[in-house]
Amino acid sequence: MAEKVLMKGNEALAEAAIRAGCRFFFGYPITPQNELLEYMARHLPEVGGTFLQSESEIGAINMVFGAACAGVRVMTSSSGPGISLKQEGISYIAGSEVPAVIVNIMRTGPGLGGIAPTQSDYFQATKGGGHGDYRLMVLAPASVQEMVDLTALAFEKADEYRNPVLILGDGVLGQMMEPVVLPAPSPEKTVEKPWATTGKGDNEKAKLITSLYIQPEEAERFCDHLRAKYSAMEERETRFECYRTDDAEIIAVAYGTAARLCMAAVDMVREKGIRAGLIRPITLFPFPSAPLRKAAEGGAWFLTVELSTGQMVEDVRLAVGGRQPVAFYGRSGGMVPDPRVIAARLEELAEKKGNAETAQPNEGGAA
Amino acid sequence: MGTKVFSRPDCLRDVASHYCPGCHHGIIHRLVAEAIDELELAPRTIGVAPVGCSVFIYDYIDTDFIQAPHGRAPAVATGVKRALPDRIVFTYQGDGDLAAIGTSEIIHTAARGENVTVIFVNNAIYGMTGGQSAPTTLLGQSTTTAPQGRDAGADGAPIQVCEMLNTLQRPAFISRVSVHTPAQVVRAKKAIRRAFQCQQEGKGFSFVEVLSACPTNWGMTPLDANKWLEQYMLPYYPIKDFRIPEGVQ
Ligand SMILES: Cc1ncc(C[n+]2csc(CCOP(=O)(O)OP(=O)(O)O)c2C)c(N)n1
Ligand code: SF4
Repeated sequence: MAEKVLMKGNEALAEAAIRAGCRFFFGYPITPQNELLEYMARHLPEVGGTFLQSESEIGAINMVFGAACAGVRVMTSSSGPGISLKQEGISYIAGSEVPAVIVNIMRTGPGLGGIAPTQSDYFQATKGGGHGDYRLMVLAPASVQEMVDLTALAFEKADEYRNPVLILGDGVLGQMMEPVVLPAPSPEKTVEKPWATTGKGDNEKAKLITSLYIQPEEAERFCDHLRAKYSAMEERETRFECYRTDDAEIIAVAYGTAARLCMAAVDMVREKGIRAGLIRPITLFPFPSAPLRKAAEGGAWFLTVELSTGQMVEDVRLAVGGRQPVAFYGRSGGMVPDPRVIAARLEELAEKKGNAETAQPNEGGAA
Repeated sequence: MGTKVFSRPDCLRDVASHYCPGCHHGIIHRLVAEAIDELELAPRTIGVAPVGCSVFIYDYIDTDFIQAPHGRAPAVATGVKRALPDRIVFTYQGDGDLAAIGTSEIIHTAARGENVTVIFVNNAIYGMTGGQSAPTTLLGQSTTTAPQGRDAGADGAPIQVCEMLNTLQRPAFISRVSVHTPAQVVRAKKAIRRAFQCQQEGKGFSFVEVLSACPTNWGMTPLDANKWLEQYMLPYYPIKDFRIPEGVQ
């Protein structure tokens, strides 16, 4: 039965994982995601699951790898420096085509950084991070409710595509409390995993999970196979939300916590008659390029807002393809943008766009 | 009519080996296969393959297999065993794999007393990458990265893994064996079988170090390699049962 409760983001995500049938969790403490680990330690045993605090993030991700090969639903979580250590294992999990859910509640970096929230791991999440030609499905919640909903989705999609799914949250989402509707538990939702290494039993043939392809022809075939899988994701799994974009001339592009701030900023400038809107990617891979391209073709200008010095903005520019200007505004190091400042940037952009449109064609400006 | 006294173990595939002449990996594979057969474990065994010359162990031993990142096999095995406690899970790792990059994973898996079996093949060198120093390389032994011979001052002293693990509370079975003579092969076989038996009976972490030759990277003939092993490795890595739980035959 679904129920509505007030919960902290990290704990809600953990509970959602348990309700999605996750029975194994391997992790190592790091702020700001410790509540997730602690919640699993308390509650997994209650449902017959296993929590294990590993000796390191490297240990944790490889335990996840082993359990995933055994065919169970398994998760780990961490933050920046810990995710860096997990990258080796993530590459192996992707290269071995086994499903796992990985949570990154981002904190500031590079290096040891700080524990305040950022979005500075976007590149790492979406452009590999580990070695090799692979992609993760990357889900970016913007509320505690979405942390719950996207966690259920993450397990489903990981199994469906036999690919690791990363939930990319940040310290704000992890720490804040919001009312959430928790779904009814669905632990018995079993997915057939005939590939799992569970012992050969009565089968003729033993099963092998490996990412080793010594022959170049074979290795290329494998990479092509992965590419086809990622293309299927791009076709079927791209998720985004449009907010007041129907008639928008100025479109903010932001995900997660930054998107919430942008929503407030859009409302502020709408009061002044500026036709602003927001496109919020929910999947960062696959990236929602199509709606951005469409809006650009319709003549909109863009402002990408991130809690970083500018990472997703590169994907926005790729999607827009030079058709229209794309401006950037970001704060980093744990500083959170003020919606009023974002509103001012939207206003500025609207003004520039207006000027450009009234100017002579050869005087067109760019942001 | 003759009686058959010797044959290939059922779970050892009838395929050509990729190991160098005189390499001990092949012998050790066979002993693992024999133990699995005798205890009738094949249907419920999952092996974890390492990075190193023996990564292709999955081509030889006919059980389910997972290929792990360099040094991480004990963590991968932990994940499998926690998910499938009634299965038999073993890793097979070289000294570069287990005693260098994978020290953290082996120590903590042993410290937890994880009910898995680790076969540790110590040839005192990195085989696959062409003969660089390992943590187990002997003092004075020359390698491609210690051309003048390993020097304690510059490179540290070789790690005695069994002795180190034997300081931990939780391991159930720790033994060091060798395969350089037929008699030692018989002894090694017994240890490997005991290690699997230990897991089968739920006694906890079992560990067998097998001293092994790498004639190619030692730059010796197979026979000289065996002699070198006996002369130089045995004094520093004594053959010994460090720990045997009660009731394991
Ligand atoms: C992370 C990483 N670092 C380095 C390597 C390269 N590498 C492959 S095998 C090997 C050494 C293996 O030596 P050992 O474990 O002693 O096994 P042997 O080949 O002697 O049987 C190394 C360093 C790798 N595959 N992955
Ligand atoms: S390089 Fe050494 S360890 Fe590797 S197969 Fe050849 S002899 Fe064996």
